[in-house]
Amino acid sequence: MAYQKVAIVGAGITKFVRRAQETGKELAFQASKMALDSCGMTMEDIESVSLGTAPDAFDGVHLKGEYLSDGSGGWRKPYMRQFVGGGTGVFAPIHGWLHVASGMFDTCLVVCSEKMSSCYPHPQGAFKTIFDHTTEQELDPTLIWIFALEMNRFMSAYGMTKEEIAQVSVKNKKNAMDHPAAQLPMEITVDDVMNSETLAWPVNRLDISPASDGAAAIVLASEHTAKRITNKPVWIDGVGWNLDTAYWATRDLSYPRYVEKAARMAYEMAGVVEPKREIEIAEPYDPFDYKELHHMEGLQLADRGEAVQMLLDGKTQRDGDRPMCPSGGALGVGNPIAATGLMKVIEIFLQLRGEAGKRQVPGSPRCGLAQAWGDLMQVGTVVVLRR
Amino acid sequence: MELNKKDLGGTHYKESALKEGKLLSLAMEPKLQYAWDNGPAIGRYLAELKEGRLIARKCNKCRRIMIPPRMFCELCWRPTDEWVYLKDTGTINTFSICYVNWDASRIKKGEKPHLPAVIEIDGASEGMGILHVLGEVEPEKIKIGMKVKAVWKKPEDREGAITDILYFKPVRR
Repeated sequence: MAYQKVAIVGAGITKFVRRAQETGKELAFQASKMALDSCGMTMEDIESVSLGTAPDAFDGVHLKGEYLSDGSGGWRKPYMRQFVGGGTGVFAPIHGWLHVASGMFDTCLVVCSEKMSSCYPHPQGAFKTIFDHTTEQELDPTLIWIFALEMNRFMSAYGMTKEEIAQVSVKNKKNAMDHPAAQLPMEITVDDVMNSETLAWPVNRLDISPASDGAAAIVLASEHTAKRITNKPVWIDGVGWNLDTAYWATRDLSYPRYVEKAARMAYEMAGVVEPKREIEIAEPYDPFDYKELHHMEGLQLADRGEAVQMLLDGKTQRDGDRPMCPSGGALGVGNPIAATGLMKVIEIFLQLRGEAGKRQVPGSPRCGLAQAWGDLMQVGTVVVLRR
Repeated sequence: MELNKKDLGGTHYKESALKEGKLLSLAMEPKLQYAWDNGPAIGRYLAELKEGRLIARKCNKCRRIMIPPRMFCELCWRPTDEWVYLKDTGTINTFSICYVNWDASRIKKGEKPHLPAVIEIDGASEGMGILHVLGEVEPEKIKIGMKVKAVWKKPEDREGAITDILYFKPVRR
């Protein structure tokens, strides 16, 4: 397949906070402006805009793509909104990649903005309508149900304990201590996780990422354009996305097959043959602690049921052999749904450029991956980045 | 570039600032109403629930027996072929013990936790589960793999909804 090479040349992010004083548009503007400034570009240099933002129900605003379009710099430009729930934050840069790779545009601004706090008393309530209206909603489900059900199935399939899985939360919240945008940086112990409120066994409060407001943005450029903008481009060498059945109760909940399919698509494009060896650093999506392990297995970064051993052996620590979520992830930095995935892409971008500051992993990695996940637990979105 | 906290937007405020009127805010409570058409597959599913029965659809190509029933097989991408009655018994695939309501409020003191579960229905293809809740069981005694049976509302109280099954309870077999 012939397409233009696409690089990330700039990035911007706001702080992730439980309630932001700024509107969603203003957050989008702040992150976008920072991304453009970071690479010395202006909105005039941008040929297309890809916006990612999750459910309209958070904001109580219909047509959220239109609503956020001014803050995202979308006016009088080819502008598209992407939305696959929690998978959006990596889906939006994949669409930006398509815009540039296709040869239609030489630059694209990718913006992800999310404001969950507008939904009262808690944005959790907005999730009820993702369940089937006739066969499930009558049972009064909360979103945590499906995570708790999946976590229980995953734990039992491989004989994992809650204490083991809690170490993901301990690691990520600690990593977030070094992230300037972080909402929940903290040093906690496994006991703290175990003693936090049980919301839906096996899920405790500290197993879960918070609700957040925040935005992130990146600038994409074609090869010949990127080389004029920066001497440190980070290439998007592979993209993959995949959707599984929305009859979620009929799936094997212990294994995310759709993440595997998305990863294999991205690996094939990037020429990654042995992901365990070649993917040196990764940001798997971690809205719940067990999801980091679940996704490592789907991403082929660990054999089935083996991700937990990598965690226990310290391999996924920032200074370990295969750092996972060096940013602090959704658990530590926060989880403004669409913006989270793009925060992960930005983390890999900074790590590959050696610009992650206190979060920098040793060994000057050359190849990394960011992944997001969402919809009704059945969409996987993956990008493979190289410097 | 490196990220520095002082350069980042996003200004945090506390909920109390809203309540004390230090930050102004307008609120809206949408009063939308919806009535969902069911189509032939879920329509029949609901009608059979009203009669105290579970029904599935079979695809003669992949031979899957699917619940909830559907008029087309999403894997073979062709119309399904026949109706198949299932038992109202099954196996717990996974479960949770949930202390949170749908809107993230907590259950009241003394109230029993919600017990959501995925239940693989007997007679459907392997792994074919539905979401429902468990009852007549101590939460700590629930196990994956436990056999369960539907407890139905009284016939006169049924209305053609998934809640015509009150819950699934463990059975010895």
